[in-house]
Amino acid sequence: MRVLGISGSLRRDSYNTALLRHAGELFEAEGAEFEIYHGLRDIPPYDEDYDNEDASEAVARIRAAVRDADAVFFVTPEYNSSVPGALKNALDWISRPFAANPLRYKPVAVIGASSGMFGAVWAQAELRKVLGAIGARVSEGEVAVGQAGERFDENGRLNEPNLEQEVREVVLTLLGDARSAAQTGQPSANRIAG
Amino acid sequence: MTTIDVQALPAGTWSVDKVHSSIGFAVDYMAGTFHGTFGDFDAAVTDGVLTGSARVASVQVPDENLAAHLQSPDFFDAQAHPELTFTSKAINRDRDRITIAGEITIKGHTEAAEITGEISDPIADPYGGERFGLTLRTVVDRAKFGVSWNNPLPSGEPALAGEVTITAELQLSKQA
Repeated sequence: MRVLGISGSLRRDSYNTALLRHAGELFEAEGAEFEIYHGLRDIPPYDEDYDNEDASEAVARIRAAVRDADAVFFVTPEYNSSVPGALKNALDWISRPFAANPLRYKPVAVIGASSGMFGAVWAQAELRKVLGAIGARVSEGEVAVGQAGERFDENGRLNEPNLEQEVREVVLTLLGDARSAAQTGQPSANRIAG
Repeated sequence: MTTIDVQALPAGTWSVDKVHSSIGFAVDYMAGTFHGTFGDFDAAVTDGVLTGSARVASVQVPDENLAAHLQSPDFFDAQAHPELTFTSKAINRDRDRITIAGEITIKGHTEAAEITGEISDPIADPYGGERFGLTLRTVVDRAKFGVSWNNPLPSGEPALAGEVTITAELQLSKQA
């Protein structure tokens, strides 16, 4: 089982990327391969005029990374009550061509962190909506790490066992959904009538 | 007094003429009613039991992006649940009116459904065969099947209605 992790924050010392790394340890503890996607910064603004063979190599790279993963795990901050532009922009590239995009039917999960009280819950909700519209299989579960400046130890790991347990539950749900999707990956040819 | 036991549907095996039949749906969206059809479907009557199925991947709407969205987990989830199905359990006929109790399965959820409509008696067709017609309609609550996507209007009201009308115009030809 290969899981791709994407952080919506580009900041070097991002709480969200720290949260993603911690989630990655939990995925690996469950026997999954986990890889963090680096390179959101390199993706140009979506422009349909360049959505062809002239598209940036960074676009091809993220599309391939999503395609090759069995599941994608998103961790997002909240900018102005919504999804960070760089993450939304990457999703806009990934989602084309729409009917054959690599997120279609892909099991995904979303959690988030913010320095404020609410842990990016609005951004998470909007990201789930966007992923659903793209055609992803959005897992249940939410983790909102509020006041993130106080939630990580000096090694960048969550310092509260209950938060870690919440993340683990989302990790387990996503892995379960990915296993189910792998079993039903090909539409059945059975027909009941005719 | 004489009672006549009339079977609601003609005896024998009848299969759908796909060219002259259609299965569709209608749902209120924003200020009007949105319609779609399924291009790939089956229906049959065997010994008085009506069965039908439609392939989600064959949904036909005027926009390819919408067709793709309808196949996604937000709506029908064609990958996990590639077909919609129906099986009749009891059929009552009163002249040309017909009422069918049965089970409809959408997105892996099975619910009881009552279908109403009209039936025409078998006629000889120009191809040496025999056929009859069914015009059927039922209303389902899509939330019961886990098809719960919505988008709020500026007023806060949902843009897409919960009730969906499913229609079937079927011509069924007799099998040897």
